[in-house]
Formats: sequence, structure tokens, C-alpha cells
Amino acid sequence: MTGSAAPAGPVLRARPGRPPWPLVLPALVGVAFLVLPMLGLVVRAPWPDMGRRVTEPDVLAALWLSLSTATVTTALCLVFGVPLAWLLARTDFPGRRLVRALVAVPLVVPPVVGGVALLLLLGRNGLLGRYLDAWFGITVPFTPAAVVLAQTFVAMPFLVISVEGALRGADRRYEEAAATLGAGRVTVFTRVTLPMVLPGVGAGAILCWARALGEFGATITFAGNFPGTTQTMPLAVYMAMQRDPEAAIVLSLVLLLVSLAVLATLREKWVNTA
Amino acid sequence: MRDLPLGLTAALTAAAAALTACGGGTDPEAGEMTVFAAASLTDAFEELAAEFEARHPGTEVVLNFAGSSELAAQINAGAPADVFAAADTATMGQVVEGEGLNDEWAAEHGEDGAVFATNALRIAVPADDPAGIEDLDDLAGADVSVALCADEVPCGAATAAALEAAGLDITPVTYEGDVRAVLTKVELGEVDAGLVYATDVRAAGEGVTGISFPEAEEAVNAYPIGLLADAPRPGPAADWIDLVLSQDGAAVLAEAGFGAP
Repeated sequence: MTGSAAPAGPVLRARPGRPPWPLVLPALVGVAFLVLPMLGLVVRAPWPDMGRRVTEPDVLAALWLSLSTATVTTALCLVFGVPLAWLLARTDFPGRRLVRALVAVPLVVPPVVGGVALLLLLGRNGLLGRYLDAWFGITVPFTPAAVVLAQTFVAMPFLVISVEGALRGADRRYEEAAATLGAGRVTVFTRVTLPMVLPGVGAGAILCWARALGEFGATITFAGNFPGTTQTMPLAVYMAMQRDPEAAIVLSLVLLLVSLAVLATLREKWVNTA
Repeated sequence: MRDLPLGLTAALTAAAAALTACGGGTDPEAGEMTVFAAASLTDAFEELAAEFEARHPGTEVVLNFAGSSELAAQINAGAPADVFAAADTATMGQVVEGEGLNDEWAAEHGEDGAVFATNALRIAVPADDPAGIEDLDDLAGADVSVALCADEVPCGAATAAALEAAGLDITPVTYEGDVRAVLTKVELGEVDAGLVYATDVRAAGEGVTGISFPEAEEAVNAYPIGLLADAPRPGPAADWIDLVLSQDGAAVLAEAGFGAP
């Protein structure tokens, strides 16, 4: 009767619900490795006076500076990084391989070295900085603008690489079809290419924002450390660590929770719309 | 057949060498002697080590330089060091409380180690001195950009003490996390002045000029040295400390920018 068909149903439905252990086991180890150190922070945190510490003006100033500079950085990276990724993925200019390698340099250079490099370029005696100072009276180091530049230097490669990967994976026949129907290259880019790779752009922007938020070495070297002006959360954590490790734990947790909240919200939105 | 005795000889020689290195050799003068020293002592102690080895043939001075508090933690965790030279008395205190000093040596030289050098703050300005700095008061000028150590780190505590003695309230453009970072900002000409130690000015060479100021006397760092309780080579270690405390040692330290104790 129907009895013979009944077992087939549950078996078919069960398959996608039970992932194979060769994938699950390493994945669990991976999650544990990433999450357990954070557990250390949570366990050691001085919870009773957490509220008082978190609302200290210096902490709020550092948090606001971190969030605002990381957001401006992400905007800058999108404006310059998406076109750069398009050039690398869709055109064939001489020296393209070299340019692609150079774009990845900030990923391998220690951020402190990046900060020194920025000082040598944009500092008061730097290659460009000396003219900015002499002609316009602009000095970049020790300003919030320097924080944004330091973050952009280290974060932009994440965006460019993500977007370039998305562009290479996108089906080019849609672009070709649009072109044969008379669309110009800019129209093809804005109306066809960009909507297709939007999830890649979004992932790249989130990576970029997260990297900017955690930036330390290039910032302290190029922008210095002054509360309210250039002291972002990672710098505040480092300074607190020198004298009061408990305060450093509190600051780390605040940064962790705020960035988690932002990332979770963005991710939710992204997954729902894309 | 002839290879066997040869191999045995080699093994025995190696074993003997290993024993000597551990301090169990018959000649108490031969082998390694380990000095843990604050990073600012690098140049001076390397020069003194060459001098020591010339005077004590067969003894090799092994120098380990790092931040004082890092070294103190390593010593208290059982690192096999003979001598500890710290950049401040507080850090030496941690070792006196922890592993402790050699009783006999401490009875003669001091329970908290022997101070062999001092390091005082200087105003560091770039070689071209763009702001025309002459004394500490000039750092308070409205259009003078200054880099200082953050209050949280040792050089920042010294800076705060000196500024308080001078009755000055200076707003820098940046509070750096260590004294070398202040020096870098001055060397690159990104700030008009910074407060660093005399030894940092000396180490920076031509790019930086040091200006001394009277209030620096309020925040002098004393460098103590001590023979450790568990020193594997107490004999040569005591000789090393004698060299550091001698006239010759003082001359080398003065050359590196240190003051007399």
C-alpha cells in the first residue's frame, strides 16, 4: 500500500539536514578557535562597574571616532576601490598584473610600516606633505583625516579583492547583451554590472569597515594618539592595557559588541535584499 | 674499527663542553655568563661585553635585551640569568621580591641592587629646529607641535613629573605609547619637539638635537643592577657587575648618554 512509499519521504528530506562529518568537525573546531578567546574577555570582564566605565566621556569619544572614521573610510574605499576593481577585472592594460600585486601590498606590509610610509608621503616633511604645508598650510598627521587615510590604506585592498572576485565570477553575457542593445560602457556598468555584483560589493564593504574599525598600527604611527581627535578604540585599548588591564577588557568588549551589532544588522539586511 | 674510538672521543668532548656550559666544569672562569638588561643599555653593554671578554679569556657574555618588565617576568619565571640590569628601581623590586638577589652580593652592594647609571629627560628637536626651541617654556607656545609619552607608560610618568615641577601645562598633538615613537616623530620632523631620554637623543645621532632643562632633575630614572639568587655563574657575574660599576664602565655609559648615579 502506501506503506512502501512512506520511508522514502523522510530519507529524502533528512539528507540535506545532516551535513557530512568531514565538513562539520573541522567547522566546529574553526568556530571554537575563533570564539573561545572572546569567551576569555567575557569571563574576565569587571561586570559590576561595566555601566559606569562604558559611559565615561573618553570611551564614548573613542567609540564615536572609531565608528565615524571607519564609515568614512568605507565610503572612500567604495568610491575609489570599485572602479579600480573594475579596471583590474574587465580591462587589459599594460602592467595590470603588477598593479594587482601592488594593490595587495598593504595586506602583507605590517601596518606600522604603512604608517611610516604615509608619514614619509604626507607628513610635514613628506614628498607631498611639504607642499601641502607650504602652499595651503595643511598638515595631515595628528588629525581625524589622518586616521581615515591610515584606515583607507590598510582596508581598501579587502574591498578591491572582493569586488574583483565578484566581477570575474559574474556572467559577462548580460553585459554583452546590453552593449549590443546600444548601452554605453558607463551605462552597462551602472545598470547591469553593478547590480549583478552588488552582493560582492556589500561583502567587500563589510570586510573593509571591519578592518578599518580594528586598525591600530598605521593609525598610531601616522595619526598619533590624542583623545577625541585621533584616539580610536583600538588605540584606547592599547593605552589602557599599559596601566589598567581591566579597563582594556571593558573597551575591547564594547568594541566587540558594537561591531557585532552593526555587522549582524547589515548582514541581515543584505541577505534579505540580495 | 678506528672510527669507533674517534666517535667516542667526540661524544665525550661534547659532553664535557655541555657540562662546562652548565657551570659544572672544573675551570670556574670558563663558559657562558648571561646578562638580562633593559633595551636602552644595548650599545653600552655590548661595548662592555667585548671589554669583559678580553679581560676574562674563555668567558662569553650572553646579553639579552628587552623591556625591563618583560625581563623581570622571565627571570621570575625561572629564566637562567646571572645578572639583571633594570631601567628603573620598581622593576628591580619585582625581581628582588620574586627570584631574589644573591645574599652575599646583596649584603655588600645593597638589598635592592646597586644603582650604576641614571637617565634624564631631554627636549628633543629636529636638527633644523623649525620652532626655535630653547627651553621647556617654549613647548607651551600656541603654534608649537609637541609629542609626549602617554601617562600610562613609564616615560609619560617622568614627563608628567617634570612638567609639574616646571608648572607647565603642555597640550601635545599626540600621546605616544613609548619613548621611541616620540623620537621617531621628532626625527621625521613631524613635530617641533618631544620629551625623550638623554640616551635616546644620543642613539638618534645627527637627526635630533637634545636640550637639557633643570626640571628634568625631578624625574630621573635610576638603573639598578643585581646578581641573581639562582645565578649559574656567580663568580664571573660579580666580576661583570664590578666592571659596570668601575670607572671604565662609567665612561662607556656616559658615552651612551647616561648620567652618573
